[in-house]
Amino acid sequence: MSGAKLVQGNEACVRGALAAGCNFYAGYPITPSSEIAELMVRFLPDAGGVFVQMEDEIASLATVIGASLAGSRAMTATSGPGFSLMQEHIGFATMAEVPCVVVNVMRGGPSTGLPTSPSQGDVMQARWGTHGDHPSIVLAPSSVGEVFNLTVKAFNLAERFRTPVTLIYDEIIGHTRESVVFPDSVDVISRPRPNGDPSTFLPKAAPPDGVPPMPAFGDGYRFHVTGLTHDERGFPTTDPGQAGALITRIHDKVTNHQEEITEIETLMLDDAEIAIFAYGIVGRSAHEAVLRAREAGIRVGMIRPLTLWPFPYHQVGEVAAQVDTLLVAEMNLGQLIGEVERAAAGRSEIVGHLRADGEPITPTDLVAAISGAGAVRT
Amino acid sequence: MTDVRDHLREWAMPHVLCPGCAHGIVLRSFLEAVDEQEIDRNRLAMVAGIGCSSRLVGYVDFCTLHGTHGRAPAFATGLKMARPELHVVVVTGDGDGLAIGANHLIHAARRNIDITVLLLNNSIYGMTGGQAAPTTPTGAVASTTPGGNTEPNFDACKLLIGAGASFVARVLAANPIEMTRVMVEGMTHSGFSFIEVVSDCPEYYGRYNGMGGGADMLTWMAGREVGVTGPLSSKRFVNHVPSSTAPPGMATGIIQREERPVFTGVHGEGSHGP
Repeated sequence: MSGAKLVQGNEACVRGALAAGCNFYAGYPITPSSEIAELMVRFLPDAGGVFVQMEDEIASLATVIGASLAGSRAMTATSGPGFSLMQEHIGFATMAEVPCVVVNVMRGGPSTGLPTSPSQGDVMQARWGTHGDHPSIVLAPSSVGEVFNLTVKAFNLAERFRTPVTLIYDEIIGHTRESVVFPDSVDVISRPRPNGDPSTFLPKAAPPDGVPPMPAFGDGYRFHVTGLTHDERGFPTTDPGQAGALITRIHDKVTNHQEEITEIETLMLDDAEIAIFAYGIVGRSAHEAVLRAREAGIRVGMIRPLTLWPFPYHQVGEVAAQVDTLLVAEMNLGQLIGEVERAAAGRSEIVGHLRADGEPITPTDLVAAISGAGAVRT
Repeated sequence: MTDVRDHLREWAMPHVLCPGCAHGIVLRSFLEAVDEQEIDRNRLAMVAGIGCSSRLVGYVDFCTLHGTHGRAPAFATGLKMARPELHVVVVTGDGDGLAIGANHLIHAARRNIDITVLLLNNSIYGMTGGQAAPTTPTGAVASTTPGGNTEPNFDACKLLIGAGASFVARVLAANPIEMTRVMVEGMTHSGFSFIEVVSDCPEYYGRYNGMGGGADMLTWMAGREVGVTGPLSSKRFVNHVPSSTAPPGMATGIIQREERPVFTGVHGEGSHGP
């Protein structure tokens, strides 16, 4: 894969998945993610993998989960309407602790919305879309190259923590072509495997890090997998002690390892009075806006989380403690801005630059917003 | 001769099924079929959805997946595609398989993926308290059809034949030896096999419709299988239909069996991909 290649975000996702050892894909066509399926069926079989087109997105993720239980590194890709249908099985994979990767190439919503226009309207759904208490790991690349890197990371985190991981980016990143130098190989992490006696195996008994070893069906370990609340034997229970222990463990195994998961880019924050909080494609505009505003003498910087969930409250809070104003720019009517407010806890003024009309937020928009934020402040 | 009880997770007992429910008889017949084929337990995956019949997978010492409501054929598709050496058997009910999960069921049949689906039809939603199902006969009483069901019911086997299933059979839970025979035929069939087992629900369907207990229902059921001549089968089962608009009955036995290319997903070598 060495040498620069001009590829679109959706192709970088496929290349990242293959580099990460993906060997199973199931999906259902939907704009603007369909290129992922179309490229998977070309590349995956030659890489020794399996491709299946399913009857809908509910079935797609169920099939991915079945494949993962059989030992595959499995993924699916979709967009908002399909992501809504997948919430059922994101919950199942969380509860049953089945590694899988779900890619959501965001378009305008709600409902069918704006099928070919970008949006960041699904970032709260990615956190809370499935019912019940649960952890979420959600990664948000802002460039084609980063799609590759974070697809690899999504597989590794899914395997490391036995949980579904969502890679979320918008239509612009999915369809934009950029020149990328792909690495020849990447670090690949595999799920922990048991090595004890199958006859005494407890499928949900976790070591101190909270992640139980996971055999595949057919490996010689016979065990039960269920979405019902279960005990260490994997069998349903309604015992409050067992129920509380399970839900706490599957939550803590993610939140207690946030330093392994969280990735953040910062730009020119050292002397900043204003910081832009942006992610995904808006992070690109924010980067350019910071450079332009600096030329005009405005002391502005940027914080861009590549990991949206677990939300980096600590890191955003540190920025809030330093700057006068946090300008939150997102392509929705205000979703992560609420988390920024929680992180800031009154330590800085929070101003939103929000847009949900199918058009991107441009550097020019943000330079004007920075000037406005400065004017408000002074 | 092995004891089929060796296949049970006795530590997971007592089970959730009601007195008189025939699902246990169906499970026994299935375990006999497993023994007859000498299937390696480590290679047998049982996949279920949600409902009374789906809970059976919790009590068997195989690789068992208790998934989401209606989606068992999709989970099973992933297992089979990823690990073709597994024997994959879906256990579903009439609500699970023919209402919320009908879409997945017909597509698995259309693909002719090499799995077996056992659909335990007790004509009602048992686990949620006796609501009408797509299989509740017209006129029959359920908790959501207190004045009698006004909708027509599915003939599951006709539906599956229409969807392209290459093996389709219907057996009665009242006939355990016949169940085992047909299950062996279905599981050894190359491709998708669908077996509807007409089971009972004395707790709800029986009580609401004045059919007595489990033994009464099975006796009644056995007496309703009558020999007829027709293109599909030599026998038919006439379901409990209080109204005068009774359909002519449903075929029993092996109704459909044909050899078709078996779906294996799109693989590198020998695939039917691009």
